[in-house]
Amino acid sequence: MSLTGAGSLPPLDITRAPEGGEVGPVQSGWRLALREFTRNRLAVTGTGILLFFVLFSFVGPVFYHGNYLTSNLLATNVPPGTGYPLGTNNQGYDELALLMKGGQAALEVGFFSAVIAIVIGALYGAIAGLAGGIVDAVLMRVVDVFLSIPFLFIVLIVAVKFGASVLSLSLLIGAFSWLVPARLVRGEVLTLRVRDFVAAARVAGASQARLITRHLLPNAFGVVIVNVTFQVADAILYIAALGFLGFGLQWPNQDWGDLLSNGITYLQDGYWWQIWPVGACIVLVVMACNLIGDAARDALDVRLRRR
Amino acid sequence: MIRYIARRIGTSIVVLIGVSIFIFALLHAIYPSPAIDVLGSRANSTLIAAWNKQNGFDDPWIVQYLRYMGDLLRGNMGYSYKLNQSVASLLSEVWARSAWLSGASLVLAVLIAVPLGVYQAVRRNTFGDYAATTVAFSLYAMPVFLLGLILIQLFALDLHWFSFEGSQSTSLPSIIVDPHSMTLPIVTLTLLTVASFSRYMRSSAMDVLAQDYIKVARAKGLPERLVLLRHLLRNACLPMVTLIGLSIPALLAGNLITETLFNYKGLGLLFYTALQNVDYNVLLAYTMIGAVLTIIGNLVADIALTVADPRIRLA
Repeated sequence: MSLTGAGSLPPLDITRAPEGGEVGPVQSGWRLALREFTRNRLAVTGTGILLFFVLFSFVGPVFYHGNYLTSNLLATNVPPGTGYPLGTNNQGYDELALLMKGGQAALEVGFFSAVIAIVIGALYGAIAGLAGGIVDAVLMRVVDVFLSIPFLFIVLIVAVKFGASVLSLSLLIGAFSWLVPARLVRGEVLTLRVRDFVAAARVAGASQARLITRHLLPNAFGVVIVNVTFQVADAILYIAALGFLGFGLQWPNQDWGDLLSNGITYLQDGYWWQIWPVGACIVLVVMACNLIGDAARDALDVRLRRR
Repeated sequence: MIRYIARRIGTSIVVLIGVSIFIFALLHAIYPSPAIDVLGSRANSTLIAAWNKQNGFDDPWIVQYLRYMGDLLRGNMGYSYKLNQSVASLLSEVWARSAWLSGASLVLAVLIAVPLGVYQAVRRNTFGDYAATTVAFSLYAMPVFLLGLILIQLFALDLHWFSFEGSQSTSLPSIIVDPHSMTLPIVTLTLLTVASFSRYMRSSAMDVLAQDYIKVARAKGLPERLVLLRHLLRNACLPMVTLIGLSIPALLAGNLITETLFNYKGLGLLFYTALQNVDYNVLLAYTMIGAVLTIIGNLVADIALTVADPRIRLA
């Protein structure tokens, strides 16, 4: 006799543990974000383009041995054709090989400078956000000061003296790009530090360093990832500008901006193969990074998720 | 309100002093003295030390910095040893032309981006919206010089509609009335700016369109044109105010590259020549001016937004 009358329940059998229901697939935050990301067709296109360029620049030279180091005055300004898929430039260097080498430089500098910027910026922002008060105010004033410096001018001035290698360019661009990640991470940390898990960690005796490295930064990672992709895109545009103005990498390193500026001298002669392939490479890589960044931002935004 | 503005101006002055110290220290570290340029490349170290002492280049850099700032406040920006002219006179020759290029492209960009953004928001997810988004995205991914190159190749070399060089004239009035040579540089700068402005305008207009007062206006029976003009436009333009102020550094950078590409004798080309010659005083003066303009841009953007948006409550 059941007083509740809520349908007939099976008799309670206390000799066996109750059966659980179906266990769904693991739905961690990162996996959901990844699923959203892969559903976005533009993001997949962008990732594909980026992957293509990574393979093109780093694996391509293993299969294609073009000449980009020694001048060959018998084959200058040859249009695309037999032996030279993309023609040669005014010193007889093979354009396709130059593109691969330039791609290596662009991707390396883009990636390294983004990593440097993110590492410095994230630590700086986390320390400022966690410390609060006077320390926070002073640190953010310093960021404001550096943000008021016109980026391209300072980078150009320092590049005149120190700009000739991949490492120095990465350091230079990274040294002036950490400001935006610092601000973003500080904002995230300010939101996170009032959460319960931070209070729990503090009560458990976590030091400031452990709080930052083990609790705050991993949770601010979403913002950081989005910013990394945009940093890479910006860095590639900046070294292209540096190379175009003549202050980028020097021989034997090549970068795309340098190639473009060499090609422009022959704009009126119609040597299109020295200009448009390079331009297309720059645009495609930057666009791919922007697409990935946009999609990552949408994927990590929980409000936009479709269930 | 007045207190907020005064506080903001105070912060800007502090930031300005900090920026100037940093720029001066950086340039001083890279390029301690122009002795070699004046004395020639075969001068020995005794001569260089004597010249430095005579012209005050061996004082501690703080002293040099204070002396430079004192001179700057009196209008003396130093002397260019490579071009044999005072920096102030060099800048005064060319600043008007750069101002015209940047100013015209900024005004044009705003005039194009605002209607475009509103159109994209109102006709969201139609073909027009997707087309404009694709174009904006591709422009965003392009370096300035590539865009300028494409325009030169198409309109100057293939179609012969415009000249491939900026105007070489030295008088501002004749430059203003010269569309044959000035169209391409201005359009290059404009397109870059429109790409980012229209994205912001679009998202800001979409936010406003979701507001209740737009629904009320439409329910009242207000013609769509008036809904857009009277309600949407004013509210959606508020982020643009901040954006314009914050886009000063990008405008300066774009100015530099565009002037170099089109051989237009403005501030950007002067800076480029100074980079190649390592003309220290011109570089220092130009970077300082750039920093000042950036700070003023931020300040004006903040204050203008506070004035324009009555919803902002100040502490």
